[in-house]
Amino acid sequence: MNPTSYIVLSAILFSIGAVGVLVRRNALVVFMCVELMLNAANLAFVTFARTSGTLDGQVTAFFVMVVAAAEVVVGLAIIMMIYRSRRSASVDDASLLKL
Amino acid sequence: MSGEAVAFWIIAPITVLGGIGLVASRKAVHSALWLAVTMIGLAVLYVTQDAPFLGVVQVIVYTGAVMMLFLFVIMLVGVDASDSLIETLKGQRVAAILAAGGFAFVLVAAVTRAVIADPVPAEELNAGGNVEGLAELIFTDYLFAFEVTSALLITAAVGALVLALAPRVVAKRSQRELATERFRPVDGDYSQAAGLPPPGVLARHNAVGTPALLPDGTPAEASYSRVLRAREELEAGEEDEQ
Repeated sequence: MNPTSYIVLSAILFSIGAVGVLVRRNALVVFMCVELMLNAANLAFVTFARTSGTLDGQVTAFFVMVVAAAEVVVGLAIIMMIYRSRRSASVDDASLLKL
Repeated sequence: MSGEAVAFWIIAPITVLGGIGLVASRKAVHSALWLAVTMIGLAVLYVTQDAPFLGVVQVIVYTGAVMMLFLFVIMLVGVDASDSLIETLKGQRVAAILAAGGFAFVLVAAVTRAVIADPVPAEELNAGGNVEGLAELIFTDYLFAFEVTSALLITAAVGALVLALAPRVVAKRSQRELATERFRPVDGDYSQAAGLPPPGVLARHNAVGTPALLPDGTPAEASYSRVLRAREELEAGEEDEQ
């Protein structure tokens, strides 16, 4: 099957994630959209691994997953901390420098 | 049409639908569930692209661990928290959608014009087995990156621990202090020395939310649970039953 379809799907998913990051204001949803963008990039890595005939792309996708897992842990802890001090998970409320 | 193409044209719309649902749902829980749909769809696409190990890892790490973590935090932060629809910056939503649409258009235009090599057949890509091939690469060419990953994971674990630990605002009261407070009250009121009246009216209810009744039939204020009073989940008393 033509690998272009996979790359196009990856581009569409990445753009949807970008829309979410720009539009949504709940910090958790913004974070989930970042995860969607990482996943879209992974799909491109796996597809290109297949066209190049080596497994390097799959190894890279594997490392992306590991880094994403670590990032989620720290990011969610930060969101929890902001929520504890401000009682809100909205990114609009965390504008300390504006006050 | 090959089996792979059939799978792709079934799964691809589902993943895109999941992505749109993620962005469009107002409640964070719904967003998380839509994202889970997308991630499982992507796992299937990995498997159809001769990456069975990554497909399994995708299900275990993303839909298993990461999404569970997200759902835990959503439960802690409050399920009802939904976005307000008021725009802080005027026209930001339209501008964002236009920008991302243009970005997608440019990407798709570039990709469809590019010459991409035909995929290598699975028996050539995974000549010695998929997991074996990945393991060989990780423990030879990518060994340093793999070692650094362990440092990253331990840093993330310690960082999350430090960030999530809430410092105590007031010192914890010891058992001795509690006993002193009860038997040597500052206001000289010894009526609680024998303990507070327990809640629950055994004749009709045995629930914590039901207050104890005094001899004249009015609910005993002291029998209310402190937690339930704060949550305003108490039953409306039983005085009308007299």
